[in-house]
Amino acid sequence: MSTFWSLWIIVLTLTNLALLLWVLLANRKVAVRDDEDPENRTTGHVYDGIEEYDNPLPRWWFKLFIATFIFSGIYLLLYPGLGNFPGLLNWTQEKELRGHQQQAQARFSDQFGEYAATPIEELARNPDAMKMGLRLFANNCAVCHGSDGGGNWGYPNLTDDAWQWGGSPERIKQTLVEGRQAAMPGWSAPLGEEGIAQVTEYVLSMAEREHDAEMAAEGEPLYNRNCVACHGADGKGNINLGAPDLTDDVWLYGGEPSGIRQTLRVGRNGVMPAQGDLLKDDRIHILAAYVYSLSLNYDEE
Amino acid sequence: MTKNRHGDSENDTGIRYVNLYEADDKVYMRRITGFYQRLRRYTGLPLLAGFLLMPWLIIDGRPAMLFDLPERRFHVLWLSFGPQDGMYLAWLLIIAAFLLFTVTVLVGRVWCGFTCPQTVWTQMFIWAEFLCEGDRNKRMKLDAQPWSSKKVARKGAKHGIWLAIALVTALTFVGYFVPIRELLVGLVTIDIHPVAAFWVFFFTAATYMNAGFMREQVCKYMCPYARFQSVMYDKDTLTVFYNYIRGEPRGPRKPTDDRHEKGLGDCIDCSWCVQVCPVDIDIRDGLQADCIDCGLCVDACNTVMDRMNYPRGLISFTTEDAIEHGHTRVFRPRFLAYGAILAVMLGVFAYSLSERLPVGLDVLRDRGTRLYRISGHEVENVYTLKINNKDRETHTYDLTVSGEYPFEVEGYRALPVEEGEILTVPVRVAVPREALDEVKTSVTLRIEARDDPEIFTEHTTTFIGPAPRGH
Repeated sequence: MSTFWSLWIIVLTLTNLALLLWVLLANRKVAVRDDEDPENRTTGHVYDGIEEYDNPLPRWWFKLFIATFIFSGIYLLLYPGLGNFPGLLNWTQEKELRGHQQQAQARFSDQFGEYAATPIEELARNPDAMKMGLRLFANNCAVCHGSDGGGNWGYPNLTDDAWQWGGSPERIKQTLVEGRQAAMPGWSAPLGEEGIAQVTEYVLSMAEREHDAEMAAEGEPLYNRNCVACHGADGKGNINLGAPDLTDDVWLYGGEPSGIRQTLRVGRNGVMPAQGDLLKDDRIHILAAYVYSLSLNYDEE
Repeated sequence: MTKNRHGDSENDTGIRYVNLYEADDKVYMRRITGFYQRLRRYTGLPLLAGFLLMPWLIIDGRPAMLFDLPERRFHVLWLSFGPQDGMYLAWLLIIAAFLLFTVTVLVGRVWCGFTCPQTVWTQMFIWAEFLCEGDRNKRMKLDAQPWSSKKVARKGAKHGIWLAIALVTALTFVGYFVPIRELLVGLVTIDIHPVAAFWVFFFTAATYMNAGFMREQVCKYMCPYARFQSVMYDKDTLTVFYNYIRGEPRGPRKPTDDRHEKGLGDCIDCSWCVQVCPVDIDIRDGLQADCIDCGLCVDACNTVMDRMNYPRGLISFTTEDAIEHGHTRVFRPRFLAYGAILAVMLGVFAYSLSERLPVGLDVLRDRGTRLYRISGHEVENVYTLKINNKDRETHTYDLTVSGEYPFEVEGYRALPVEEGEILTVPVRVAVPREALDEVKTSVTLRIEARDDPEIFTEHTTTFIGPAPRGH
């Protein structure tokens, strides 16, 4: 705030207070002409024959008015109110907010920190920890993975036992902390549309699904030349590279032949953002346990 | 320039200055005994005892009345309420308002005179005043005296008793919000929560000020009841009246005088009715907004009438119609209408309270990127359930789903829900794709406590699927 506006506010505030005080004090007494009937205590207003008394107000009301002036004086002295004057307490909204945040942080780290040393497998069966996990998941993960963790097109289902980057507690936690970046290149140029169709049939044959045997036979050498490095000779994938298993019926980008062809054409680059800086260790630990527990239920079903 | 006792001043120019603010005269109530004074005592005492003892009562292993603000849980006898039960409170207040209307139409402001905390506490404080300083005349004399050791002792004792009563009141009141045993232990070991300590201090000060100094000022200037009583009164409302037909013209006389010979009414103008009045009015001026219907002037006047050998009831609880026409109509349309509305509301309130479910269920369809999910041969919808345990025990709830199609629940996690907790838990509802031949249908989700089949509730919501094949 510039000095002018600061002064402007100070002058306005103090003038207002002074004016109000003047109004209060100047109207404390009212002049009455002596020749009027001293016994008459009505205002002189008559409505339908009803007269209005002009009774004095209780004196403690006047004292309350004065008290409000004292209050505003003290308030303006202690808190920011007069332009740039910060007040004797140096109070600011930001400090107040930071104080509350610290309090909340202290409370939450007590709550979350309680489980920091518990192994994830054990934590996944702790109902209290899982309630926290539910809330953390709903706030941070549900947008992409669905509130049930069941995934969406392009976002993996976390409730089955297919894990693109590995489903062990350690791998899940690593995925959460560091994030993941998948890198399936597009094969349009090297393979051509016919090659893509042949590889698709071969992939279908690996999954023991309906396929064109002739085209699959043509596709096999193409697969062995181009895809084996990541997806493996048996098509089981590689969790270290995030290459999915091609033999199960879990398809992140659609398992119809047309979907597989499209994936081959344009490639896929799924990104899981790193949460390490956002959520801090103790929360990620609980979240990892919750994600782990999602497929635990799947196994039990 | 001269000044009168109100601070008004006058000079020679013929202009008077009248103070717009005036300190009310201090009320020195004369002690009186009689029927209404005893009635006041015996309505006040049980209420006071109830107020003092309620926080100590234990039901279901917890205080019978505890308003737990940090947890947002309100325990009332056998029930516990949460913020979502706010409607009950709203209705309770509406019912209380109608009860007030009904009672006021029939018997005036008996609430004020006999049961209002302001009255009951003022009564206690005046009792302490009487104990330490004596009755009206002695008190007036004491106040006029210069300070002496005797005056200090008497005044000190009075304020001591006042503060003690105020402290007990404050502790009890805060005991409705913090378990009173914890509060007292905390007070003794000086380990009291600063917020609780503040409110104990606040209510001690407020009680001391209110019942010690504000007294009738609260009734006159703070309480709205006095201001709207006039719209609820009619000519058949029972209230304290001075029978002006019998009493006027008033005037002093000797007990031996024949009042008829002297042309006087029954009022001997002794002003006892004014001296005993807790709000400092003259009931002979007629019905006033300040009157709290306490009946002390009735007792005072009856005492005087007995001494004069006049019939009682010059001032009495009666109605305007009774004085003017000799009869009172009790069952008038206004009273009957208020009573009927009150009865209906009370009935519905009691019924809804008895039907209150100990569990609440809210269902939200997932607001994800897609309306539904195809997983293998199944169509899935995801819902977020909010299960609110309103019971006083921890429960685990089983979930079932029903509808026109063979729906099934998947991935529901049956976690124990603590008392007052709202558990947010997602579930998937799945149906075989070929079984579903509608784009939109409804499903009903039903939860039931595993340990008590009486505790259940259900919620119906929509299920959305793809356009059926072949359409």
